[in-house]
Amino acid sequence: MTRRTLAVVSAGLSQPSSSRLLADQLAAAVRRERPGVDVVTIELRDIAHDITNNLLTGFPPAGLREALDTVARADGLIAVTPIFNASYSGLFKSFFDVVEEGSLADKPVLIAATGGTARHSLALEHALRPMFSYLHAVVVPTAVFAAPEDWGGATVQGALASRITRATGELAREISRREPVTVIDPFDEPTPFEELLAS
Amino acid sequence: MQFGVFSVGDVTPDPTNGRTPTEHERIKAMVDIALKTEEVGLDVFATGEHHNPPFVPSSPTTFLGYVAARTERIILSTATTLITTNDPVKIAEDYAYLQHIADGRVDLMMGRGNTGPVYPWFGKDIRDGIALAVENYALLHKLWREDVVDWEGKFRTPLQAFTATPRPLDGIPPFVWHGSIRSPQIAEQAAYYGDGFFHNNIFWPVEHTKRMIELYRRRYEHYGHGAADQAIVGLGGQVFMRKNSQDAVREFRPYFDNAPVYGHGPSLEDFSRETPLTVGSPQQVIDRTLTFRDHFGDYQRQLFLLDHAGLPLKTVLEQLDMLGEEVVPVLRREFDAKRPAHVPDAPTHESLKAARDAAGASA
Repeated sequence: MTRRTLAVVSAGLSQPSSSRLLADQLAAAVRRERPGVDVVTIELRDIAHDITNNLLTGFPPAGLREALDTVARADGLIAVTPIFNASYSGLFKSFFDVVEEGSLADKPVLIAATGGTARHSLALEHALRPMFSYLHAVVVPTAVFAAPEDWGGATVQGALASRITRATGELAREISRREPVTVIDPFDEPTPFEELLAS
Repeated sequence: MQFGVFSVGDVTPDPTNGRTPTEHERIKAMVDIALKTEEVGLDVFATGEHHNPPFVPSSPTTFLGYVAARTERIILSTATTLITTNDPVKIAEDYAYLQHIADGRVDLMMGRGNTGPVYPWFGKDIRDGIALAVENYALLHKLWREDVVDWEGKFRTPLQAFTATPRPLDGIPPFVWHGSIRSPQIAEQAAYYGDGFFHNNIFWPVEHTKRMIELYRRRYEHYGHGAADQAIVGLGGQVFMRKNSQDAVREFRPYFDNAPVYGHGPSLEDFSRETPLTVGSPQQVIDRTLTFRDHFGDYQRQLFLLDHAGLPLKTVLEQLDMLGEEVVPVLRREFDAKRPAHVPDAPTHESLKAARDAAGASA
């Protein structure tokens, strides 16, 4: 099996954060589906200043550059955000605002979120899913929301666990259906000028 | 190697006292800075072009024509001329005219402009930016080289039997640089024509700038204009100097922190590490600028950004004194000593004319 990479973006703000906990569970489940997948986790908290600086200056500082390249080169993406004010957090949105145009096109994406109450769960469907659709990502049908009660007692083996299994199975299948991602570097292969003149 | 100054022409409040110069003061200050550029022994002054506040330079050839009359030696240039929203016919006429007025001391730098509303104000669409730059320059290139032009394109009305007047001085079109921060298509365009490529080298990390310049050099060779290391490269740079580096940092910090574009973003220290910004002693500026050659190869033109972010005119003129007295003489000596003989200087009107005459004589 070709070596594949999975990027995991977590926008949790506290340390430790429940968003990261969910992200790790999702990544582990993908590993069970596809042993040997390379997982790279990006904590947006660690590059929050870089993200703001990119918004202000127009270029990504080195640490952020690496994260953006990781996302662009990944065969699949897990994106996890806490729900703030009925939507993704500002930091989560800001990160995807500086992702280079086209880097998510046709990329399998699993969306997930955490929140203070299960009443926030549909934010995944009305906020995250449209944003990733706009970015031309292929968002798998099952989105995963973890409410406070999901972390307690018997429910760990219940609803959350089964959703994680279903969603990661969908993600693994979407990754398998595709050729490994190749990123075309416009600096290595510029469009010949005759083509620019003719277009 | 050529050294000079490029000015954005922003009208920005001085953050240390809240005072905003009037447009008149700013325009006159730009003239003083251009004259000082010649006085301290530099080679080039380049003006920006903008069509929105808080910028004043909407009419570069008016400005450069006046500076031409009051100088004798410096090359008058632009940074940049908007090849997207200006009519290429008017650019052909304006800059050929300026060549005659300035006895050939003229070149110019093409750029697209990144202010969204300027495009519709001039009847264009920013989404056509690259296509406009490609088509408009193809026409400009032709207008300066063919006396009678028939032409049809997508973006302007067709031309039948049109002659741009005056013809370029001595039949030599002004040398053209193409400036772009991040578009490989523009590096490709510069390479295709064998024109110069300029990177502003202020806002982005060296690693990125290096890739743009490497692409230009590789494609310059591909299109048969010479070896990659003979391509004509220009770079920007941003400096602020005082005798003691701590004084430079202390004095420049409020201007940095409130500057247009990057103000209120990264710290002065972060930005100095991530980009070529150098705030310190003249020796630090010399050392940093010499590293540009290590990153980008032997290059032909170095322009410094000095007059922005609300810095007072007096301070800018002091910066020019330091450049002229302490920095540029050392850089000239060091760069010249390192440059191999086969790497050319930036073309000038005189060198292009001599090359044309030599080619004519041998034909």
